[in-house]
Amino acid sequence: MMFARAQRLREAGVLGLNERNTNFIMRLNPRRLYPRVDDKVITKELALEAGMAVPELYGVISNQGEVKEFSDIVAERESFVVKPAQGSGGDGILVVTGRSQRKRDSFRLASGVLISKGEISHHISNIVGGQYSLSGNRDKALIEYCVNFDPVFAEVSHQGVPDIRVIVYRGYPAMAMVRLPTRASDGKANLHQGAVGAGVDMSLGETLTGVLGNELVDEHPDTGALVAGLQIPQWDFILETAARGFEVTELGYLGVDMVIDRDLGPMILEMNARPGLNIQIANGTGLAHRIARIEEVFDPDALPEERARLARREFATNRQTSIQFDR
Amino acid sequence: MKQQYVYGLAALLAIVGLSVFVYKWQVLDFPLTKNQETPVYTIESSIRFDSGPGSIKVNLLIPTLTPGFRMLNENSVSRGYGFSLNYGSGGREAQWTIRRADGSQTIYYRISVYEDEGIDQSDTTPPFPPPPVINEPFKTAVDVIVADVKEQSADTASFTAELIRRMTDASPDPNVALLLSNATTRAELVDSITTILASARIPARMVHGIELQGRQRNTEPVTWLEVHDGDQWRYFNPMTGEESLPERFLIWWRGNEPLISVEGGSNVQVEFAVQENHLDAVAIAETQAAQQGARAIDFSLYSLPIQTQAVYSVLLMIPIGALIMVILRNIVGIDAFGTFMPVLIALAFRETKLLWGVILFSVLVALGLSIRFLLEKLRLLLVPRLSAVLIVVVILMLLISLMSHRLGMETGLSVALFPMVIIAMTIERMSVVWEERGPVDAMRAGAGSLLVAITAYVFMGLPWLEHLIFTFPELLLVILSLVLLAGRYTGYRLLELSRFKALTGQ
Repeated sequence: MMFARAQRLREAGVLGLNERNTNFIMRLNPRRLYPRVDDKVITKELALEAGMAVPELYGVISNQGEVKEFSDIVAERESFVVKPAQGSGGDGILVVTGRSQRKRDSFRLASGVLISKGEISHHISNIVGGQYSLSGNRDKALIEYCVNFDPVFAEVSHQGVPDIRVIVYRGYPAMAMVRLPTRASDGKANLHQGAVGAGVDMSLGETLTGVLGNELVDEHPDTGALVAGLQIPQWDFILETAARGFEVTELGYLGVDMVIDRDLGPMILEMNARPGLNIQIANGTGLAHRIARIEEVFDPDALPEERARLARREFATNRQTSIQFDR
Repeated sequence: MKQQYVYGLAALLAIVGLSVFVYKWQVLDFPLTKNQETPVYTIESSIRFDSGPGSIKVNLLIPTLTPGFRMLNENSVSRGYGFSLNYGSGGREAQWTIRRADGSQTIYYRISVYEDEGIDQSDTTPPFPPPPVINEPFKTAVDVIVADVKEQSADTASFTAELIRRMTDASPDPNVALLLSNATTRAELVDSITTILASARIPARMVHGIELQGRQRNTEPVTWLEVHDGDQWRYFNPMTGEESLPERFLIWWRGNEPLISVEGGSNVQVEFAVQENHLDAVAIAETQAAQQGARAIDFSLYSLPIQTQAVYSVLLMIPIGALIMVILRNIVGIDAFGTFMPVLIALAFRETKLLWGVILFSVLVALGLSIRFLLEKLRLLLVPRLSAVLIVVVILMLLISLMSHRLGMETGLSVALFPMVIIAMTIERMSVVWEERGPVDAMRAGAGSLLVAITAYVFMGLPWLEHLIFTFPELLLVILSLVLLAGRYTGYRLLELSRFKALTGQ
């Protein structure tokens, strides 16, 4: 029974963690390139150099002595995001969406909770101390622009910032999903933490059914709105930007996380050298077949826009459009 | 390319490890299971005599070729005597010499042997013996007997059997009676038989040996007849003509020379005592390998001091734990804190025993976690906070030990054996996961760690596995090769099968 299921998964082209790690990450992502994605400060610099849109960086705090500069960095800004430069899985990210009107040094989080400046400083200290860094080493804290996310996902998000994750294989976008924060995920767009993932039809930029944990869901658990059928704005641009992520990072197996700002359009939030595999569940299909297809048509000289076009052409989702005739 | 390289390396490691293992197992006879004991017989011959006035020289024939037995060691105990081993015509001889000695003397010679079917009669084929020079009237008698027996036999064996039958007949014919007229002892009878066989050009000799039957305080060597049929030596009971050798018959010396000769002494007495011991098969294999000069033995862990051995018997199980870890994480897909934390916890379980280990570990982590949450409120920097958790863990361990001692539960004392740094790190990691991903994830990873630790403990505690690894450390190469292979395993993890259930299309 076990082998039969493994066989069916194999036929469906589902990628497992071991295969992802040995065949893709270890082969295509040389370790020396990791800092480009693991350190968000570097990622931001590289993306800016390449002319890609990223959330504006307000400041970086790289040691305990600088923690007190937090007030100067934030100045009078109403909203901002504090995140560890080397964090993973959305850990340690603090989204401040506003301030208390009476007390300027008390901040409102995305969840609505008010926290004091002291608490934020402690959080920054923790970040700098390395609590959230992948290696446990000292880290830097980034303070950056808080994205005003596009209302397209307002109905299917509970607080936080929904983002779009695109898996880019050797420069070709292979699969995408929209990650929708839930109450359980505490406003974070991370599937591990309980966010809803919705697959995306690569050719149309339209959302498919969602996945919560490892189960398929049709509706957002908090808002009850339908997850499927939402048109992602500027889909062409998103795919092209994601494809461009390969030029920036040179990582052959890359996850590009993008957000759509109401005013500034899509921008790169971060990139990931070890993107997770739940995207397959969200899309109801395995990655292996798409990767195999990309290997077939791979052209090292193809431009990002050509690669994005190929993804749109090749990776349409086969939806069952059979019409039921009710008697 | 890389894939082949890994497979090649893994194969190489496995082959090297397994061949050394098989060599030690099959050739050097290292035992596969623990407490495999082999009966070892220690035969002690004590030589007593009264010393004369001058210098003394004692010669004792000792075992040379011992079919069915392998010698473990031999030694001699004598006061003030010079000792040497020589090869004489009858085999090995032990010689003790002293310029002068007073009163009655006792010399001991001890040999330890154990049964080994592999030891055959590795003697050379003897030449046909020259016809013995026999005086009349015996010569005629011998000739007649040889002619008669030859008529009634087909080959060497039947010739010997028939000859013995005649020689031991209750009413012997006149020729036999003549020959036996001055053969009163069994040895003399065998001597006569060998002489007749020599006349028939059949190589034969006397063998003297001891029947090993457990503990014997005083036993006598028994004489047996050995006849070469052209291919091999055959043994005959000189009293019955039956071709056989007693069970566990250790051949002490061959030929008709006396067992002992003492120059300068009188009243010589030789006594044999047999003692049966059970020795660990490992020790026997080691001694034997050392005698054969096998290189493998130089790298044996049994040559280390006992204390170091004890350390290694634990350390060598860590690779087993690591292998379990690899299997559970990469092939089954269980979540656990830290890479080797569960293995180290499993090591601690070895001391505390499983049930108490799990209880103590859970209590420690639970208490530590609650205190860690209190510390969180203090907003400490990372390193001081980790140190604080570590100190709290040490204090908790102390308290648990004191409490359980008060309550008379001595097992609680073993809490001190937990690796406290590892526990502190576990608490820290768990609390971070708890805060970031919620209690469910934290508990799941915690339970996963415990599950891996328990599994590793079970495997690391298997006595036969421990013995196997300790006796055959080369098996670590096999484990290494398995780990390398697991490192290139690209199949699904077992838990992924249910994780991706939605994608199987059913």
